[in-house]
Amino acid sequence: MNTSMPVTLTVNGQAVTLEAAPNTLLVQALREHLKLTGTHVGCDTAQCGACTVLMNGNAIKSCNVLLAQAQGSQITTIEGLASADGALHPMQEAFKACHGLQCGFCTPGMVMAAVGFCQKNPAVDAQDVRHALEGNLCRCTGYQNIVLAVQQGAAAMKA
Amino acid sequence: MYAFTYERPASLGQALSLLAAGGQAFAGGQTLLASMKQRLLSPEQLVDLSALSELQGIRQSGDSWMVGAFTRHQEVAEHAGLRAALPGLAALAAGIGDRQVRAMGTLGGSVANNDPAACYPSAVLALGATVHTDRRQIAADDFFQGMYTTALEPGEVITAIAFPKALRSAYAKFKQPASRFALAGVFVAQTAAGVRVAVTGAGNGVFRHAGLEAALSKSFTPEAVADVVIDASELNADLHASADYRAHLIKVQTQRAVQQALA
Repeated sequence: MNTSMPVTLTVNGQAVTLEAAPNTLLVQALREHLKLTGTHVGCDTAQCGACTVLMNGNAIKSCNVLLAQAQGSQITTIEGLASADGALHPMQEAFKACHGLQCGFCTPGMVMAAVGFCQKNPAVDAQDVRHALEGNLCRCTGYQNIVLAVQQGAAAMKA
Repeated sequence: MYAFTYERPASLGQALSLLAAGGQAFAGGQTLLASMKQRLLSPEQLVDLSALSELQGIRQSGDSWMVGAFTRHQEVAEHAGLRAALPGLAALAAGIGDRQVRAMGTLGGSVANNDPAACYPSAVLALGATVHTDRRQIAADDFFQGMYTTALEPGEVITAIAFPKALRSAYAKFKQPASRFALAGVFVAQTAAGVRVAVTGAGNGVFRHAGLEAALSKSFTPEAVADVVIDASELNADLHASADYRAHLIKVQTQRAVQQALA
């Protein structure tokens, strides 16, 4: 009954076809099948946002989406942000520059949520950022610098 | 999650056959997957409704806006026509869960599930919307039947919801901060036929409040509800809020919604 089914999607620009059981979550496919372990699993209940990736440009929680729902979609994970030559994405640069992370566990999700938001909303103030990151929790409570980083990253993405 | 099989039918007819055979309708999955992880539900087959063109789209139809059941919350929140005609509905959609949830969750999924603290049922009920299914049309007043219960028959699928235009509409939610569901959410709609007020999160399911409606039909101002009595005896009490506190919140959120509607 849980026999595998093929799902074709594009992950960080690479077309892939995975054979997986229907109850495979997108985050499991990314971490366990594709070994892209930058996407973290925090709560597994769609509350913490550590598993946030982009699906067709929208930030989504990959622990609360089936791989099957990603059929035909474009997925971007934290591994897909930096350039091939290793140059960091402006949002990653901004998190580094603003010390927008402490333990770092929430960071991939924070960065992906921020990129998803800022791609659609180029002009953001601190209040916008706080609303936009409502679905991402930082257990170190380092929100102040995260909000600064996202504002700086948004400005750099526009430049 | 328990194992299941997965189908993504390409037509409504195929979907209905699968559902008639016992499949579980699956829309954005934002509630269903969590329920399956907790093993509150263990469907043997998921029937993904995402490929059905019959469930898509937002369009104007006479004096109503028809919103397809598979419309994601984000699409309702960002739709220019809905924001102008039914600002309460668009603002409600913009405040469900968080951005990630709004990118996946759907109108039909929320309404069919009828979580007693979900936002959408309050808009459907307050606006006097009509739920269109594969086989009939159901008035909002007949649709919601208490906690997780609706007029839908087994295998029946919501295809769209028709929201009549209102003179004014607004939604005010006091959130449970972790889940972002409503501790008390109030949708206020001022229509030619009078004011309708629907409350979510506070009771066994979404409900209208006759006292608030009468007071606001007389005078559509925040002050008008000051003396309305909200009976706490049938409201929820849990670790987040007592029934008396929820009763208080209903009035405050009503006043805030009216203020927003007038702004």
